[in-house]
Amino acid sequence: MENMKLPDEQALTGNAKHAVGRGMNDRVRRLRKQSVETQAHIDMERARLFTEVYKQYEGTVSAPELRAMCLKHYFTHKTLCINPGELIVGEKGDGPQAAPTFPELCCHTVQDLHVMNDRELISFKVTEEGYEFQEKEMTPFWEHRSIRHRILEHMTPEWKAAYECGIFTEFMEQRGPGHTVGSENIYNKGFLEHKADIRAALERLDYMNDPEALNKENELKAMDIACDAILILAERYAVYAEELAAQEDDEVRRAELWQIAKNCRVVPAERPRTCWQAIQMYWFVHLGVTSELNPWDAYSPGRLDQHLYPFYEKDVEEGRLTREQALELLECLWVKFNNQPAPPKVGITLKESSTYTDFANINTGGITPDGRDGVNEVSYLILECMDEMKLLQPSSNVQISRKTPDAFLKKACAISRKGWGQPAFYNTDAIVQELLNAGKSLDDARKGGTSGCVETGAFGNEAYILTGYFNLPKIFELTLFDGYDHVSGRQLGPHTGKAEDFTSYEELFDAYKKQISWFLEIKLRGNNVIEKIYADYMPVPFLSVLTNDCIERGKDYNAGGARYNTNYIQGVGIGTITDCLAAVKYNVFDQGKFTMGELLQALRDNFEGHERILNLVRSRSPKYGNDDEYADEIMRQIFDYYYSSVTGRPNMKGGSYRINMLPTTCHVYFGEVMMASPNGRLAGKPVSEGISPEKGADTCGPTAVVKSASRMDHLSTGGTLLNQKFTPAVVAGDGGLDQMANLIRTYFNLDGHHIQFNVIDRETLIQAQKHPEEYRDLIVRVAGYSDHFRNLSRALQDEIIERTEQSFS
Amino acid sequence: MKLPYITNIQKYSIHDGRGIRTTVFFKGCPLSCTWCHNPETQAFRPEVLVNPQACSGCGACRKVCPQHAQPGACTGCETCLDYCVNNAREVSGKQYTVKELVKELEKDRAFYEQSGGGVTLSGGEVLAQDMDYVENLARELKNRGLSLNIDTCGAVPFERLERILPWTDTFLYDVKLFEEEAAQKYTGSDGRLILDNLERLSNKLAENGSGRQIAEIWIRMPVIGGVNDTMEHMERTAHFLKAKQIRCSQVNLLPYHNTGSSKYTRMGRRYEGEGFYTPSEKQMEQFADYLKAQGLPGVKIGG
Repeated sequence: MENMKLPDEQALTGNAKHAVGRGMNDRVRRLRKQSVETQAHIDMERARLFTEVYKQYEGTVSAPELRAMCLKHYFTHKTLCINPGELIVGEKGDGPQAAPTFPELCCHTVQDLHVMNDRELISFKVTEEGYEFQEKEMTPFWEHRSIRHRILEHMTPEWKAAYECGIFTEFMEQRGPGHTVGSENIYNKGFLEHKADIRAALERLDYMNDPEALNKENELKAMDIACDAILILAERYAVYAEELAAQEDDEVRRAELWQIAKNCRVVPAERPRTCWQAIQMYWFVHLGVTSELNPWDAYSPGRLDQHLYPFYEKDVEEGRLTREQALELLECLWVKFNNQPAPPKVGITLKESSTYTDFANINTGGITPDGRDGVNEVSYLILECMDEMKLLQPSSNVQISRKTPDAFLKKACAISRKGWGQPAFYNTDAIVQELLNAGKSLDDARKGGTSGCVETGAFGNEAYILTGYFNLPKIFELTLFDGYDHVSGRQLGPHTGKAEDFTSYEELFDAYKKQISWFLEIKLRGNNVIEKIYADYMPVPFLSVLTNDCIERGKDYNAGGARYNTNYIQGVGIGTITDCLAAVKYNVFDQGKFTMGELLQALRDNFEGHERILNLVRSRSPKYGNDDEYADEIMRQIFDYYYSSVTGRPNMKGGSYRINMLPTTCHVYFGEVMMASPNGRLAGKPVSEGISPEKGADTCGPTAVVKSASRMDHLSTGGTLLNQKFTPAVVAGDGGLDQMANLIRTYFNLDGHHIQFNVIDRETLIQAQKHPEEYRDLIVRVAGYSDHFRNLSRALQDEIIERTEQSFS
Repeated sequence: MKLPYITNIQKYSIHDGRGIRTTVFFKGCPLSCTWCHNPETQAFRPEVLVNPQACSGCGACRKVCPQHAQPGACTGCETCLDYCVNNAREVSGKQYTVKELVKELEKDRAFYEQSGGGVTLSGGEVLAQDMDYVENLARELKNRGLSLNIDTCGAVPFERLERILPWTDTFLYDVKLFEEEAAQKYTGSDGRLILDNLERLSNKLAENGSGRQIAEIWIRMPVIGGVNDTMEHMERTAHFLKAKQIRCSQVNLLPYHNTGSSKYTRMGRRYEGEGFYTPSEKQMEQFADYLKAQGLPGVKIGG
């Protein structure tokens, strides 16, 4: 799942120059510097090698085998890269910041390449040969075969209209189904053992009674080829490391290269024996999963601290490894993550999105599979590593359960309050309950966690596929105009009645429910078709080897092979839609402050000339995020309806649908396709993100936000996202830290799923000075007294801006 | 029972005692300190604050005011707010029954219980309000197991402190000035009552029959640059607290900031404290070190 904090990313990019010095020693500092300073570029090698296999074998072998052969061909011939000084080896492309393309999913046009090459923010450089290759080789071959093309061919006119007008998005048109996370399987079994398991499964096939036997045979053979692919890659790295060692003058480095070669001859063929090998094992697996296809959110090691701890403990005990060396290995791994930019998108999504981190998300802390506190020495090492490295990738979170020691929580708080968004805090106890609710066993639930942004999953056991964002406020906009979309000028929804004729709030809400249902049916129908397209044309045998039950079932991850198969539709804009309904209910139906007709005219006019109505809906109406029952009950009503409409609907893999409430950066796009809203949001402005309140709506501080948010039933979802803003002074000192920890504990006592903190930086305060209406909730505190920033005099605002800058130094 | 006016119910208040607290700011104070950073809590009646940067001067507020916008006649009805298209107005002073207020304060119970926090009654001056109301409120909160702090300036008849004592966990008690003349000039009171009350309150805690001190006292010392930012003032404070054997468990040095000055503008008042300044961090540390060396307990800079 994509990250949601664009401003932070920009801030980080801006700080990159100052930050290149980070890292525990020279080695790490050099590697980190290379990682953040190398220009991202398009790497055509993968596309070329994959296409060669398609051209030669398509139609002569089964789809799973074809896919596995592509991976094997790529790993047999791809450019190798061992960066100077690095301890963990392997790059997805030809080196750091290489972005291989995936034309079989969606094929870039030459114009797309120009857009990504020319743009200022996060550009991807394309070589002259690259343009030519794309035009002459890739586009002609792939433009009518890509998955994206197939998907769009099969969608109905209603789906296309809703999609084009921003009612929902579709995840699978540009990236593969993903949101998947590794488990202890990675360290408990080498790929030779996986191959043995595959052979055994092949021998068990029942050709006499099982009509699927041949499909299973194809899939299992493909998995076997995929295992060979990674073994070949590792052997090539071993040889390459030996070559480099032979040329190396520095004795220390030469020994390291010999050890790297040795590591690559143990893993991934066999299970790792040391901490170093365990980390290298993970990294090979990561390369396999993310080269095979470009699944959403790349791949994550899941509970890295718990997986590495046995190796760490043994190494330290036997004198092979010091704490410092373990930290160095982790920092080297962090650099490897950061070396891999997310695959660039195509068309309009490419133009709009500047978010190119790949959303690997590491879970630290939590509980063990047998239910004890999971914090260990490696957990603390990971906290130190993330603090020291300050990289966007991998994204790091902490898992907090009732059993988590305060010492760990506070150490995480101390990093978080530095204000760059990591780590985020997750409620382990809630996540376990969410998973149990969704039918997982207790053991699988405890091994689970969160990936991407906030998505709950049973690591190593589940395909949990996010399918698209669902624009709840936009559908209310259509409801107000009898299903007609004023922005596109099209009748998108069914006729549910003119809002002016409604005599009660209930009538209005009923119409809204009908509109929601209508668009959900369209979305679900489309999803089912897309799921089948992936199952048939885009299997992922390598990922399937690593996901429990795929081998036993002889089924692909994309076709229902995983133990659990869950699909999600992500509700966006709960804050905005709640405030819209509350404003209409309060002003039109309860208080009669204006009529529905007057309101609709104000919306059509973007509130120009309707200042009184704007003031009433913006400043004088109940709002979500203030622990106000009036608004929060409406939130609950919407949530419940959305929940019950989606949850339990069957998907095509034998599993079912659930909901989660997160936006990535989609709340910006969803706002762009909307006219003004009844809560005073102006046309084109973003809708609220996650389950956070509408910008400026929460005026009672963080406890009230937490109380409002916890009125939602988090345990019935697969993840919710709550952002909290603080100025540095609020979380300063021991007291500030203690109460930040208490705020988190309380939210989690109330079953909240996730919370993260944005400590307001100077830039935000300057924005707040320029646009006070968007920052009405911003409270600043100085020396025993708080006030809304917007209410302070210009001079005082300036003073606080100055002071904020100082407190970050 | 007269319902007091309340200017603000501040949640996530983490500098007014232990844990996460909700602080209730009552409107009306017997003092009128020149440096007051909450000037809207001085008068015992509702007042309107206007943000001059936002006000366009359209006059809609005057037209709709049931009191015809007569100075001092505001009843806090908030009608004008519906018509202020620039959202430039704020009505300060809202009434709550004890029941309503308790309901509001209960909302953050989960935070109090997690953090060891609770409720702080502040102001203005909570003990200058109708004491039947304050006592009912305090009793209700205590009966519900919530921690209660009283933030007081001490300039009230002692009986009022006595009445609230059984329900109070901690008094946050301001000590500002010792010279009567200066006190009169800067706070509007010579301060004798404040110091007498502190001594009597402390003795009262000592003579509690059970032998267990029922409430704590935290001394709050605003340090105002140009008024009492002197070592002499620190010496007098330390001498007083020791000589009178004040049973305080914390001493908080609160450095002056001019953050309240814009509120005076919003209230149409002139801020008289332009000459005050924020004591330097170094100076604050010197004061704190001195007080610690004098053996005073829990000396801290900040709340």
